[in-house]
Amino acid sequence: MARVVVDVMLKPEILDPQGKAVHGALPRLGFGGISDVRQGKRFELEVEGEVTEERLAEVRQIAETLLSNPVIEDYAVRVEQ
Amino acid sequence: MRIGVVTFPGSLDDVDAQRAVRVAGGDPVALWHGDHDLQGVDAVVLPGGFSYGDYLRCGAIARFAPVMSEVVDAAHHGLPVLGICNGFQILCESHLLPGALVRNDHQRFVCRDQRLRIEDATSAWTGSYAAGQEIVVPLKNGEGGYVADEATLDALEGEGHVVARYLGGNPNGSLRDIAGIRNAAGNVVGLMPHPEHAVEDLCGPGTDGLGFFTSALRALVG
Repeated sequence: MARVVVDVMLKPEILDPQGKAVHGALPRLGFGGISDVRQGKRFELEVEGEVTEERLAEVRQIAETLLSNPVIEDYAVRVEQ
Repeated sequence: MRIGVVTFPGSLDDVDAQRAVRVAGGDPVALWHGDHDLQGVDAVVLPGGFSYGDYLRCGAIARFAPVMSEVVDAAHHGLPVLGICNGFQILCESHLLPGALVRNDHQRFVCRDQRLRIEDATSAWTGSYAAGQEIVVPLKNGEGGYVADEATLDALEGEGHVVARYLGGNPNGSLRDIAGIRNAAGNVVGLMPHPEHAVEDLCGPGTDGLGFFTSALRALVG
């Protein structure tokens, strides 16, 4: 078993109201020096057997068709050791 | 004329949509998300609500519901399809319409009577209106901000595919005040506001929404 992590983030040009709300809360809590916050999603996929290039291609397909909407989001796939 | 209304787990406005079809003079047919069957209907409405709890992204799971493969296929063959609110989100996720709906820019759920201008009266769902006509229907959404890249927006505007635009202030951050769009053929329309809540004088802001449903009936007869 291996874990493949898919991170999904809104594209930089898409406004992220949730990230803005989190950013707005920081000064109220006394945290300074944070210039921006973007909120995304992290998916952990438990892959059976070895993570081959083929399996990774399949995961990328999953990321593209279901986990992210390519119109508004980017994704990144990595194998967690 | 039989107009199907799909019920997904979490649909809220399916019964109102059925009622609107009836008030307009059509026969509503209840369709189930889990069936690969459109029951031979003449048109389909994807209603508002929170299909599959809005998990993952609004409309992202509903897009892969069994009934949607039939809806997508039939839409490509000219079946009139209207997506309202969550239904609009499902149409975008299904790639039947371009762009996407994202969280309201002001971070709050909006619920109010909304003034709109009908920009295009040639689609299967807007033929009962006149281009430029102003109407008032309810609007209620948390993720109703319409976004697309500049090239897509320019194409929508240039080809007259913007069906309705917000008037009197942008309620959710939609780019270019877009409230609804259609596909090139004009049979598929997505709309964030709720015409099905404005079909009777007894409740709602009036009967301005009825035209969407009479339009489809007229298009089918024509």
